[in-house]
Amino acid sequence: MTTGTTEADMRPAPVHQEPDKIDAPTRAERFSALAQQHGALVTLLVAMVAASLSFDTFLTGDNLENMALSSAFLAVVALGMTFVIVTGGIDLSVGSLFALGGVLAAWGSQYGTAVALLLPLAVCGLIGVVNGLLIARSGLAPFIVTLAAMLGARGILLAITDEGSKTYLVDKDSFFATLGQGSLLGIGVPIWITVALFVLGAVVLRLTRFGQYVYAVGGNEDAAALMGAPVARTKITVYALSGLCAGLAGALNAAWLVSGVTILGSGMELEAISAVVIGGTLLSGGFGFVSGSLVGVLLLKVIQNVINQIGSLDSAYQQVVSGAFLAVVVVAQTWLGRRRRVL
Amino acid sequence: MTDLTLIRGQVDRERLLRLLQEYGVYAGVVALLVFNFVFTSNFVSAENFRTQAVQVAPVLIVALGMALAIGTEGVDLSVGSVMALSTSLLSLYLGYGPWLAVLMAVAGGIVIGLANGSLIAFLGVQPIVATLALMVAGRGIALVLLPQLEDVRDPGMASLGSGDVLGVPYLVLIAAGLALLVAFVVRRTTFGRQLLAVGDSRPAARLAGLPVRRVLIVVYACSGALAAVAGVLATARLTASDPTSLGNLMELSAITAVVVGGTPLSGGRVRIGGTVAGAVLIQLLTTTLIKHDLQPSWTQMAQAVVIIAAVYAARERGKR
Amino acid sequence: MLSVTGVSKLFPGVKALSDVDFTARAGEVHALVGENGAGKSTLIKVLTGVYQPDTGEVVHNGSPVRFTTPLQAQQAGISTIYQEVNLVPLMSVARNLLLGREPRGRLGLIDFRRMHREADEALRGLGIRVDVSRPLRELGVGAQQMVALARAVAIDARVVIMDEPTSSLEPREVRTLFDVIGMLRERGIAVVYVSHRMDELYEICDAVTVLRDGRVVHTGRLADLDRLRLVSLMLGREIGEVRSEGLTKFTGSHQAAAEPVLRAEGLTIRHQLHDVSLAIRPGEVVGLGGLLGSGRSETARAIAGALPTDSGRVSVGGAAVRTGSTPAAIRAGISLLPEDRKAEGISPGLSVRENIALAALPGLSRFGLVDNARVDKVVDMFVKRLRIKSAGPHQKVGELSGGNQQKVLLARWLAMHPKVLLLDEPTRGIDVGAKAEVQSLIDELAEEGLAVLLISSDTEELIEGSDRIIVLKDGVVVDELTGDAVTEDALMRAIAAEPSAPSEPADLPASPDLPASPDLSKNVKSAGSAHD
Repeated sequence: MTTGTTEADMRPAPVHQEPDKIDAPTRAERFSALAQQHGALVTLLVAMVAASLSFDTFLTGDNLENMALSSAFLAVVALGMTFVIVTGGIDLSVGSLFALGGVLAAWGSQYGTAVALLLPLAVCGLIGVVNGLLIARSGLAPFIVTLAAMLGARGILLAITDEGSKTYLVDKDSFFATLGQGSLLGIGVPIWITVALFVLGAVVLRLTRFGQYVYAVGGNEDAAALMGAPVARTKITVYALSGLCAGLAGALNAAWLVSGVTILGSGMELEAISAVVIGGTLLSGGFGFVSGSLVGVLLLKVIQNVINQIGSLDSAYQQVVSGAFLAVVVVAQTWLGRRRRVL
Repeated sequence: MTDLTLIRGQVDRERLLRLLQEYGVYAGVVALLVFNFVFTSNFVSAENFRTQAVQVAPVLIVALGMALAIGTEGVDLSVGSVMALSTSLLSLYLGYGPWLAVLMAVAGGIVIGLANGSLIAFLGVQPIVATLALMVAGRGIALVLLPQLEDVRDPGMASLGSGDVLGVPYLVLIAAGLALLVAFVVRRTTFGRQLLAVGDSRPAARLAGLPVRRVLIVVYACSGALAAVAGVLATARLTASDPTSLGNLMELSAITAVVVGGTPLSGGRVRIGGTVAGAVLIQLLTTTLIKHDLQPSWTQMAQAVVIIAAVYAARERGKR
Repeated sequence: MLSVTGVSKLFPGVKALSDVDFTARAGEVHALVGENGAGKSTLIKVLTGVYQPDTGEVVHNGSPVRFTTPLQAQQAGISTIYQEVNLVPLMSVARNLLLGREPRGRLGLIDFRRMHREADEALRGLGIRVDVSRPLRELGVGAQQMVALARAVAIDARVVIMDEPTSSLEPREVRTLFDVIGMLRERGIAVVYVSHRMDELYEICDAVTVLRDGRVVHTGRLADLDRLRLVSLMLGREIGEVRSEGLTKFTGSHQAAAEPVLRAEGLTIRHQLHDVSLAIRPGEVVGLGGLLGSGRSETARAIAGALPTDSGRVSVGGAAVRTGSTPAAIRAGISLLPEDRKAEGISPGLSVRENIALAALPGLSRFGLVDNARVDKVVDMFVKRLRIKSAGPHQKVGELSGGNQQKVLLARWLAMHPKVLLLDEPTRGIDVGAKAEVQSLIDELAEEGLAVLLISSDTEELIEGSDRIIVLKDGVVVDELTGDAVTEDALMRAIAAEPSAPSEPADLPASPDLPASPDLSKNVKSAGSAHD
């Protein structure tokens, strides 16, 4: 956490290399890097093995399909959030945009699939751009800007649904509905779309110049600017992407539910942030990967599933567990980050 | 020539923004009051003022703690969850008498605050991140303790929620008392001065030998305690414990009240008077819109605009 | 290659550069030297487009240019290597090297194999072998700097400006850096080299430009200039110049008690200080001499607990003080006036009154409540005594002039009744009148029995203000001047002494208290960090 607050931060970081091994990371460093990259995956596998040993119902096709479907929408939101967090920002408006996207899609579906998809993308993308402009050009704090956007988007949502009392329905036989309800090779269409988006997201973040800029801006904004990275443009783009992802996830969700449910999405920003962070992305920016976010989402959903299966336990335990996870991960990141800091 | 007018224009703009940040919130409150006196029927009634004041009280109490956190250049996102936790604890311990129940509820808030403060002061986690984790976990714990809505039938609680002294509801008295107390702490105590110094320039505070960590931990503990008190009062007013929805988006309302009240997000200043006015302003804004048949949707959008305007005004001054 | 002519730059109240000419030639390593506030940083910022000059022009490749951003300068072939590496530590070496210029293959996607190969080749070209796929932060500081250099060279830099590149390097890394600089020279690249280390300058630089108070005081071949002359140019004092009394407001020496109140022994901080010991008696002003980056500020900060030490002891009045803790040092009676007044000293948003009372608050309150009457009394007393000029005690300190800010800080510490005052550049950046006031104040305080440690880049101030001067070089105490030996000549000689052959005793004015010949071989190991 670059703007850390303890006295330890004031100290010059120890320069930790042996004269003869100029670029050999220490064992602790290697371990922490590994833990950062694969900790969530290992936890997910352990959780799944434990769950399947404990509950016969866990490893059934239906249960897995359900988990995957309910993961899909959150995962798409988390995908956009990953980009934002890698630049060192945060987007609290995604929950509202998710709901708004769903309602817009359901409303638009009466005019055809194209409208149902493009309308939420356009509106949510635009709100994302506004967020980005206020953050990148006016230098306002991301959390407060996106907090306001969260309110504003919720306001728009209420305004177009007669204060939330009106629910737009999607025609069950339309092509748009099949985007949510249909399946391909026995796997739900939303899952395919999510997987495709993650592959695309991974390619963009890892293999394009824009992706490099995203990392550079989050890793050291001043240096990025000096190295010629278009800092403001990169920031605006990631908030736009986050808005697009949230809107699209909302639209797919509406197709799945065949209606635009207005009360969805509250608290979703927290789930998405938790998933991204648990997946190994540094909240302070500059480090992260989309596959981690997918793992983070799955982990959250498996925990939720297990808690549901226990039955006697209330679903509230899920929040306790994910909150605890978040706390542990954040503390670990801060601690490891401090140890590894150079200069 | 053009240069000169340009400079003058800038100076005027800066002064305007500065005035806006300093007094805008009071002007806004007065303007809304005047507007309502003139154009809103049934506005000028003791009953209406009472309702407004009772509604604003919990938000204000939470905002007081938030103002302290923001004064140290931090923020506390966990306040809504702390309210939920406090209502759960209250419900659970009400069997042992209202006093113990309230004590437990407030203690719960302090524990969450201490956890926040420790993460921030000792581990150097960013405030927004540390309190985010407890925001998620806090409501979870609240729901584990009390899975669903439960009515509160304790007569003591009921009278706390609806009773009054000379027509002034207890809730309002408590909120006003706490506002005065916090203002006093900020202005007159060593702790208050140290808090501002920590928020103004942390390196300077550290080199001046101030107990920076202790200040941070106490600030977040205060914020937790105040949020818990707000949770207790809200529960008393509703005569029900509802950990699912109590305090939802409270962090947003509190931050809005503080920011609109002219406390800069960059720390070093805490304006309690402004915070009170900020909370009142948002409440009046909502009421005005509702009374004029504008829907909640408009309130939310208006609130969003007000927040952005407030931080924008503060930014221009900070950049100088 | 790159030159500026008649450049001036004015900041509110200060003329940072006046009528400066400077030329960096192809294939030449040009040293740019000067003390604090001489204008080096400003000149570099003008060259790299961070600042625009008020007058004069920048000429690059024969045509006048006007860079408005560092990026423009970089694209024109002017690269800067800063002391704190300006790269992205979490990204891989190759990505850092080629950010924005990644080789792309099909579909416009980055071709990582080619990228790694190109990065590897670029680094090998400079004689560096590292795994380019590893994150940059895993490299040592020296290797990171090499990557920055490689990046500069790779984007076809024609001019490379290095700002204190060796301040945190190991000796071995310094060697590699020098090899690379040699390579750059052969390729016809102009190198501007900023450093305070004499030995380095004489080893690799061809030409030198000395700045002082925003003016060029010398420019020419470095070989034609001996060390002593260079130091005297930087400090602005002539060798053998008669010590002129009365230039500063200091009166002669003080009556010091016999027993030191402050003792610091064996202070060591890796890369910064090595076995620094000093003692100050009540009523004595001890100066810390040495060039920028010699460890002066670090010594003061280590004593005040603001910088954790690797080893060493500090005691006040015979009682040991826990090191690395500011509150402990303050309780023991040590007060530090930090070098960076704005960032670390004042709380700019708080009022004069609050700033003065800040540290002493616990003592000025009852049961945690601030006793306003007592605060007012203390504030009032110090405002009068130090003649702090403000619109009133409630004015924000950030709005005061530098001199008054400094006085507010002094008042803050005097309200604590300290035994030891550590003053790091107490008069820097404040106007002449206030400077004289602060100086006479230091005198007064010493007369009242305070032990004072004085750090100043202003030689005059140091010489006239101090009863004794301890000379630091590269984090090591190299000399101590006492009594009649406290002269500019002696100071300059001590600073300019060659590391291999310590200045012969004959050169120094005879002094019975001269310490045994210091172990200068330590110089090479411990590098001083630098603040600019």
